[in-house]
Amino acid sequence: MENNILDQIIKPENCVFKKTRLLTDKPFHYCPGCGHGVIHRITMEVIEELGIEEQTIGVAPVGCAVMAYDYMDIDVQEAAHGRAPAVATGIKRVYPNKYVFTYQGDGDLAAIGTAETMHCCNRGENILIIFVNNGIYGMTGGQMAPTTLEGAKTATCPYGRDVSTMGYPIRITELVAQLPAVRFVTRQSVHTPAAVRKCKNAIKKAMQYQSEGKQGTCIVEVLSNCNSGWKMSPVQANKWMEENTFKYYQPGDIKDNFKLLKSPVIEQQ
Amino acid sequence: MSKVRGAVVVDNNKCKGCGLCVEACPCKVLTLSQKVNLKGYSYAYMAEPDKCTGCTNCATVCPDAVITVYRAKID
Repeated sequence: MENNILDQIIKPENCVFKKTRLLTDKPFHYCPGCGHGVIHRITMEVIEELGIEEQTIGVAPVGCAVMAYDYMDIDVQEAAHGRAPAVATGIKRVYPNKYVFTYQGDGDLAAIGTAETMHCCNRGENILIIFVNNGIYGMTGGQMAPTTLEGAKTATCPYGRDVSTMGYPIRITELVAQLPAVRFVTRQSVHTPAAVRKCKNAIKKAMQYQSEGKQGTCIVEVLSNCNSGWKMSPVQANKWMEENTFKYYQPGDIKDNFKLLKSPVIEQQ
Repeated sequence: MSKVRGAVVVDNNKCKGCGLCVEACPCKVLTLSQKVNLKGYSYAYMAEPDKCTGCTNCATVCPDAVITVYRAKID
């Protein structure tokens, strides 16, 4: 009886959600529960919904998402470590009518690529930067990143990050929000269904801004987990992120259409 | 009276058993299996299919995009 009902429901015309055709059939190499998979998927869903797969060029980073070109069924250029915004600048200047986005992690964008990120944003290149922040160097085995939270334990700070010698976690999104040429800055996360939907809307908005022909960089920071690096289960990692990461990296829009929505200057306690 | 019913199809061999869909399901339909797939992960499956409403929350949080959701009105 129950099987009969399921057979009635499982028909192509009743399908309400399926994997977007812009993701290839290759299984992701990411750890179970990693946020990268969700972010890949929503980015591709946005491109499919806008119908711009022929006009979109992605720039892949070095880090966990280094194989992004294998999973995204669009044109993707691999960049040297941290240099994705510089490569994207070149692509956008040669093809001003294309949609160009970079997909970078925190080790790529906030550590080795800080200069490229800052100057790309300062020039107001008309590209979208998707910045995945999980507060750790995931690919190399869980070392401390510039974004690692104070007191968090990693392979290279086993007693917890001490700000007196290692500095404070860097809020790169708030830093670039202060630059006048930056158009849209937001911080999102992908830990719950509601957050994923909000994040998708933010990426969609940023993608659409590119078609308006105005100069101005868009940055979407996505808070993600790294359950292997944090030594937790995926569900625990998401909970930990909500309780700890969100206090330091507060989700929400920071800048929209060149107008600051909240002060990017946060006083250190 | 007709009722909206959903069904979830998981690509068993691509599922990595992270359990995020189990956590995200508001109706507690999904569970991780006792059996393992080709990669050795326990995969998500519909333990209580009659509770599914096809809300797509599980597919929205699935990091490996292995979930397909169907929804239909059943008399």
